[in-house]
Amino acid sequence: MRAFTQHKGLVAPMDRSNVDTDMIIPKQFLKSIKRTGFGPNLFDALRYLDEGQPDQDTANRPLNPDFVLNQPRYENASVLLARSNFGCGSSREHAPWALDDYGFRVIIAPSFADIFYNNCFKNGLLPVVLEENVMEQLFQEAEAVEGYQLTVDLEAKTVVTPSGESFGFNVDNFRRHCLLNGLDDIGVTLEDAEQIRAYENQRRQTAPWLFGAGQ
Amino acid sequence: MAGKTLYDKLWDDHLVKQRDDGSALIYIDRQLLHEVTSPQAFEGLRLANRKPWRIDANLATPDHNVPTTNRAQGIEGIVDPVSRIQVETLDKNCDEFGILEFKIKDQRQGIVHVIGPEQGATLPGMTIVCGDSHTSTHGAFGCLAHGIGTSEVEHALATQCLVQTKMKNMLVKVNGQLGAGVTGKDIVLAVIAKIGTAGGTGHAIEFGGEAIQNLSMEGRMTICNMAIEAGARVGMVAVDGTTIEYVKDRPFSPKGETWDAAVKYWRTLHSDSDAVFDKVVELDGADIMPQVSWGTSPEMVVNVTGNVPDPAKEEDPIKREGIERALKYMGLRPNQAITDIKLDRVFIGSCTNSRIEDLREAAVVVKGRKVADSLLQAMVVPGSGLVKAQAEAEGLDRIFIEAGLEWRDPGCSMCLAMNADKLGQGEHCASTSNRNFEGRQGFGGRTHLVSPAMAAAAAIAGHFVDVRELLN
Repeated sequence: MRAFTQHKGLVAPMDRSNVDTDMIIPKQFLKSIKRTGFGPNLFDALRYLDEGQPDQDTANRPLNPDFVLNQPRYENASVLLARSNFGCGSSREHAPWALDDYGFRVIIAPSFADIFYNNCFKNGLLPVVLEENVMEQLFQEAEAVEGYQLTVDLEAKTVVTPSGESFGFNVDNFRRHCLLNGLDDIGVTLEDAEQIRAYENQRRQTAPWLFGAGQ
Repeated sequence: MAGKTLYDKLWDDHLVKQRDDGSALIYIDRQLLHEVTSPQAFEGLRLANRKPWRIDANLATPDHNVPTTNRAQGIEGIVDPVSRIQVETLDKNCDEFGILEFKIKDQRQGIVHVIGPEQGATLPGMTIVCGDSHTSTHGAFGCLAHGIGTSEVEHALATQCLVQTKMKNMLVKVNGQLGAGVTGKDIVLAVIAKIGTAGGTGHAIEFGGEAIQNLSMEGRMTICNMAIEAGARVGMVAVDGTTIEYVKDRPFSPKGETWDAAVKYWRTLHSDSDAVFDKVVELDGADIMPQVSWGTSPEMVVNVTGNVPDPAKEEDPIKREGIERALKYMGLRPNQAITDIKLDRVFIGSCTNSRIEDLREAAVVVKGRKVADSLLQAMVVPGSGLVKAQAEAEGLDRIFIEAGLEWRDPGCSMCLAMNADKLGQGEHCASTSNRNFEGRQGFGGRTHLVSPAMAAAAAIAGHFVDVRELLN
């Protein structure tokens, strides 16, 4: 996995709460058996005026001029400001894959849905939770100032504005450790293989119905 | 010291290792696999030269992409080539790694969350995961079950564990008795309307109280299924006689002495009377009426006797904007009566409501009646080949067909419209599924979430009606 230590990038504000994973990447694109190539269809139904299909060239599709990411000033944005309960709905990891493939590295919101939040960390994408009043300030600044950038530091657990104002955020130690070092967490778990075997052997004795049934 | 909740007990019984950083390794007893979220996980295993840790913990079936007609042709019957490749890929992966799969032509094929319980592959006290958020369904059996992303599908395949941090405990207690015509679906929609789509975020929800205890396993599964729509990855119900009776004599269920030992353990799977929950929400079952969603989020729900909300009356600007946006998308007017919403299609199916009891509930309503001429389509999609066979043995298929509903083959179908079953732009659908997000059932489609009985009543009337009027 790609490591994440610090990122400075252009901010795009998406002023809408309860953005669900169907909205982030609609179902017709989940038929792919790959992890890449979802970027052109990120927010497909919001971004384009027509109905998107897999394996279609998106270059000639009619864009929705009202959608935030279609505004020239947000081209190449890599930090997304979002509202509450971002990523609710389905467990599809295609949602963080699409955000990553588009070029986002950080999503900042007052709250995230649990499964989406967890999925981000597996893909080098950092979800940051900040309080509502801080979010309000960032939304206002990002909309007011063209070219507005934020610096997000996972080591220091801070989000820093262009004026130098710094906001701290919390992140679980294990997730932070894996992301800072770009660790494959399957490898980390397999370091405890002996303990897993021991647990399993004990369960075979105490709960034999959990093993080998129906085969 | 306070007693343990059901969640505490399940967590403790599956704890392999508590790490110093607060995370823990939790053992996974069962993984269910389907074609959409597993191909990249199997590919990851191959790239890292890893093997599944425990083959017999896995059970697979294709469900999201399968057509609900022309099934005798098997995979060849999948017209969309991209969908076909995904189903073929699942077959290839399961064959390569030796994982048991109910393939498209197997009568046991169906929606993962229907076949697990049906086979007894879902047993009380298990930890169950699947790359699908509606895995919470299995919590109805006193399981710790939740949806995961594809990276965790690969992690569970490779290690039989997941890295977790413990969630908080939440109790949703539904007291008293339900009125006639009110179902598990109405309970869970009423709960989501009350606590909101993020009300359960970070929590494992246990559903309890008299109204829950009186429900069948099908009703409990419907409720746990939609825990994720309240933001909770996990929904659970304590094990009782109803649970044990359901599990008995299923293909994967233990037999003989092992059964007796299992039942003894399963009887301990309930929250202790002195257990403490971080959050408690109570509802009175008698107050719950048939529910209908009017908007584009599962919390946008009102009683069938109610009206579409008026954004002018909402003080919170973010909520007001949400209501306005939803009304625009749904093509509804403020204060419009729910019973004035005309429908184009009716869908009875999905992992929420496609089990035998759901089909019986719908059949009672349509029996001897005809689907409204104004409808473009009304379809019934059973949750599995075995549910289909049982429904046919009971004559339910004849009731549906005579009333003018289509009787389809099993799969996820129009719940998420990954196969050919979808809504056209602007069409309104009474749907027994779980999500009314924009475009969920088709580009520009307008979904209204209801119970099977309410969907059946809507099919007859061509607009929403209070099913209780038809049952009298």
